[in-house]
Amino acid sequence: MKRIIFYILLSIATLIFIYPFIWMTTASLRPEREISYLFPLSRNFSFGNYITVFKRIPIVRAFLNSLIVSSSITISVLILSSMIGYALSRLKFKGRELIFMVILFTMMIPFQITLIPLYVLMVKLGWTDTYQALIVPGMISAFGILLFRQYFKAFPKSIIDAARMDGCSDFGILYRIIWPNSIPALVTVGIITFMNTWNNVLWPLVVIRKTSFMTMPQMVALFTVGGQAEAQVGVQLASAMMLAIPIVIIYMIFQRHFIASMAHTGLKG
Amino acid sequence: MEKLGRYETDRVGYVMVLPYIIFFLIFVGYPLIFSFILVFHKWNIISPMKFAGLYNFNFLLHDPLFWKSLRNTLIFLIIHIPLQIIVALVIANILNQKIIARGFFRASFFLPVVISGVVITILWQQFYSFETGLFNTILSRINIAKIPWLINTKFAMPSIAIMATWKNVGLYIVLFLAGLQAIPFSIYEAADVDGATARQKFFYITIPMLNPTMIMVLILSTLGGFSLFIEPYVMTGGGPINSTLSCVLYIYKQAFYFNHMGYAATLAFAVAFIIMIVVIIQRKLFETEVYA
Repeated sequence: MKRIIFYILLSIATLIFIYPFIWMTTASLRPEREISYLFPLSRNFSFGNYITVFKRIPIVRAFLNSLIVSSSITISVLILSSMIGYALSRLKFKGRELIFMVILFTMMIPFQITLIPLYVLMVKLGWTDTYQALIVPGMISAFGILLFRQYFKAFPKSIIDAARMDGCSDFGILYRIIWPNSIPALVTVGIITFMNTWNNVLWPLVVIRKTSFMTMPQMVALFTVGGQAEAQVGVQLASAMMLAIPIVIIYMIFQRHFIASMAHTGLKG
Repeated sequence: MEKLGRYETDRVGYVMVLPYIIFFLIFVGYPLIFSFILVFHKWNIISPMKFAGLYNFNFLLHDPLFWKSLRNTLIFLIIHIPLQIIVALVIANILNQKIIARGFFRASFFLPVVISGVVITILWQQFYSFETGLFNTILSRINIAKIPWLINTKFAMPSIAIMATWKNVGLYIVLFLAGLQAIPFSIYEAADVDGATARQKFFYITIPMLNPTMIMVLILSTLGGFSLFIEPYVMTGGGPINSTLSCVLYIYKQAFYFNHMGYAATLAFAVAFIIMIVVIIQRKLFETEVYA
């Protein structure tokens, strides 16, 4: 009996975290006058709100922009950060420890400090309203380097030596031998990088003004704030749904990896 | 095999770290130095920079909105941190027991963590709406007076703090779970032998052993509070009467609404400095040695 009460309480607690999303899904399908109903079902379900969103803002373009930016950054972070992590863990050269210290130092700098000068830099480079502005400053991740460095340290030396004997270059060793054996580290860095980039909204708001270059969170936020949604909650919720769905799908597939990655690192980016 | 040992320098190492060095110089080093120059100047980004000495710092000390944004952050943290730690600790302890479908429960609590803050904010804006919001609809159905969640200066920031807790607590549950699983079971067994009660075990073993996790949660929540931006940006625009103006939102407004680049950089400098002081104080006050 005690067990049953325990599970009922736990289920209620869980509902507090899941029900808002169920409610949001169904509310976005309901007509405006039924939005504030607590009960999720309705006879008047329709995709009207979604059609309105498609009509008012180029949300498909924003989706593609987000996809281009998030994928480019993720691929770049995996290739470059693992390369640097490899050099810092498996190669010997002067200044290696200094670079490691510099990376640790950069992780302690609050982003607030570099936000304004970074924007000024983008203006000077003529990069505002371009993909470069969204992608290039994210192409290397200090957190990724540190994670790869730590992971590669444990890689068996004998395999690396054997590959060298066969005349394999260090690039070959990294990408052809270590990579296929480091899937967990690649998945961890990949998931966290993709998720942070996909959800990042402050940086796009700073460097992008043209609608055609806006990322999805930025466009949805401005749609809600800027009056284009005309204070229609259903339409706002529909746009929010479209922003949430891609990451929810990825989360459902890689759920365990998401949680393990973030428990492992403890930090978001 | 001695010949294979790589005692000389691996020159390829320089090639491999070169992208980082270039990246660091352009996107970290240069902005840091430039921000240090910027704080001594007045600049609207279009006309040339004007040297202003310590004007920006002087202005900052007498800027009521700067102090207001700090006060708002403090209000946020005072509600957010204890709530976050208590909820996360309770749920993590429940999930640490032998229960069925633990993975499902854990994944559910974690769901809001992965979803964009923009989505969460739009959703909660509806919940908090005074006339038609879900919360007030429920309250009025059980005959409790409606609460002015976002339209009253006293309620607005706490409302945002509650929403932020709901969004982030899943991450802290997972962190606490990892911390709980790292506590050696033998300590609890020894306590059992000595006849310790469940409550004693919780307060004299679990809590002290979780200290490293607790510090991490404390620091991450603090950084989160000082980084608060999109929630007030979407929900309230910083209002009513600047009661939800966060530090980053204020920096953003000074830079991009008023084009005060020099002053915005000064604000950012001050906020970063305060963050470091706060984190150092937190560590000094709460960090203890853990013997495992």
